[in-house]
Amino acid sequence: MTDPVIRISDMNKWFGTFHVLRDINLQVAAGEKIVICGPSGSGKSTLIRCLNRLEQHQEGTIEVEGVSLDGSLKNLESIRSNVGMVFQQFNLFPHMSVLENCTLAPIWVKQKTKQEAEALARQFLERVRIPDQADKYPGQLSGGQQQRVAIARALCMNPDIMLFDEPTSALDPEMIKEVLDVMVELAEDGMTMLCVTHEMGFARQVADRVIFMDEGEIVEENEPEAFFSNPQNERTKMFLSQVLSH
Amino acid sequence: MSAKTWTPTPARPAPANTVGFVGWARENLFATKFDSALTVFCAGLILYVLDVVFGWAIVDASFSGEDRNACLKQVQGACWPFIDAKLGQFIYGRYPEMERWRVDWVFALGLLGLVPLLMPKVGFKRANVIFMLGFYPLFSFFMLTGGSFGLVPVETSDWGGLLVTLVVAVTGIVGSLPLGILLALGRRSELPIVRALCVGFIEIFRGVPLITVLFMASVMLPLFLPDGVNFDKLMRCLIGVALFASAYMAEVVRGGLQAIPKGQYEAAAALGFGYWKTTRLIILPQALKLVIPGIVNTFIGLFKDTTLVLIVGLFDLLGIVQLHFTDSSWATPETHITGYAFAAFVFWVFCFAMSRYSIFMEKHLSTDPNQ
Ligand SMILES: Nc1ncnc2c1ncn2[C@@H]1O[C@H](COP(=O)(O)OP(=O)(O)OP(=O)(O)O)[C@@H](O)[C@H]1O
Ligand SMILES: [Mg+2]
Repeated sequence: MTDPVIRISDMNKWFGTFHVLRDINLQVAAGEKIVICGPSGSGKSTLIRCLNRLEQHQEGTIEVEGVSLDGSLKNLESIRSNVGMVFQQFNLFPHMSVLENCTLAPIWVKQKTKQEAEALARQFLERVRIPDQADKYPGQLSGGQQQRVAIARALCMNPDIMLFDEPTSALDPEMIKEVLDVMVELAEDGMTMLCVTHEMGFARQVADRVIFMDEGEIVEENEPEAFFSNPQNERTKMFLSQVLSH
Repeated sequence: MSAKTWTPTPARPAPANTVGFVGWARENLFATKFDSALTVFCAGLILYVLDVVFGWAIVDASFSGEDRNACLKQVQGACWPFIDAKLGQFIYGRYPEMERWRVDWVFALGLLGLVPLLMPKVGFKRANVIFMLGFYPLFSFFMLTGGSFGLVPVETSDWGGLLVTLVVAVTGIVGSLPLGILLALGRRSELPIVRALCVGFIEIFRGVPLITVLFMASVMLPLFLPDGVNFDKLMRCLIGVALFASAYMAEVVRGGLQAIPKGQYEAAAALGFGYWKTTRLIILPQALKLVIPGIVNTFIGLFKDTTLVLIVGLFDLLGIVQLHFTDSSWATPETHITGYAFAAFVFWVFCFAMSRYSIFMEKHLSTDPNQ
């Protein structure tokens, strides 16, 4: 195995006095796809948000591409631009067109020229299959289209790692597939992905490992086949029976 | 057996009496008995008011004459010759007649820069902004005060009328927006000292009447300055008004900032934007757009508050109109009301223009199809 791109050791985090993440240990290799699941409030979002320091942990270490995330960090912005993130609520910039959403960060953070950025943006919009929506505003698009724009926007920064926080949970059933298709393609292209989702079909199809969290801990971790067919932990079994029953 | 194909029912036109003017009137004016009564009553009220105003301003009004004798008819309406005779004073105050062309130049150049700036379709916005915020203030300053480039110096105590109103209002508007934005950002800062400073400033200036601020600026401020340092009374008023307005502006802008969802900050951070770029490119454009009505409301309030500079001995438009009521050669029962009507009309024109422009901008900037 090559050197892991993400290395989390003995990481703990509190919100005030609330111990939200407990003794997290996790290593992710380049190109690996990890699916994280677990009940609501178990700390899934918090965990992946620690990876680009949207949240700060208090104990233990997190290394992303060899750089340790801690208070002494000088160039947080450059780390962040290497780690793309897609949110449940899309979080597109509503005052800008789709194209501007995609070119803003390449221009202002990566100092690309407008032409370069636009060419890149169009290429990625093509890849998420909405090249013809480039001049529309986010408010004019369906949820599925918005989420695909959000993915394209993240990809425009050429990230090495992509984080997804329940990217399909806010979508109507008709639109979930179009977003998942894009994510599957991305996975096939070899992107390193950490994905919080309850789409078990997606987990089976692309995940190298599935992680189950509860109460701020990683309870179980396994390859998808083994994880679904033969969960080791009572808690996991209960959760899976609830998720898979509908 | 082949599956049935479903075809949507074709659309039909709406019934005739629900569309067009008749449909509109039915629905909006005469929908119920009560609506009909209200419609008739309001229409009557409007006609009555129009009749009174029209009678006073036109039918019974005097339009020409050299002095008060023109306005002493049995049934006398507005005394427009008074306005005509004093118009120069109302616009320029005691600015020397020979030098008034300088004021005209400043007005004209301002208009020339402002109009294309306000029209979204016209290009060269960056150059225009640099011109209006860089060159124009300097030009106006040297042009109006004189004393260099071979221009005769004109004391600010001789300025007056619309000139003072506009100088105070425009400086207040241009100064209060950026200052208000900074204060609003400071109030939400994570640095306790910055936050305390901004909160203190905002609460103090919002908590006292503008008159007090103007008094302080003109009477108290010199006490704090070292001997011999003395800066112009008008200048002190400008600073006072701008600071006062910025406190209000800060609260308006803060309202906009609070309406921006946390997700916008997070998306920006995740893309690698730092604080200032996030603020400038993502947060402020949205926040300011949301509070355009509030911003313009503050501008309008500020514009009308400029009349308070009278308290420290500056004569703005209203002040100078009032000053001329004492002219015995124009002493008629209608002089006051005509003067006030004129001043009110001028203020209304400016404020109404701002209000309409804000509505236009809101529509123009809207990217939400559901609005
Ligand atoms: N900023 C915060 N301050 C305090 N508590 C928080 C904060 N953010 C999250 N929490 C709490 O931390 C716990 C974990 O939250 P987190 O959002 O990581 O859960 P999650 O596993 O993503 O849940 P969900 O499936 O509902 O998204 C929850 O109990 C939540 O209430
Ligand atoms: Mg979550």
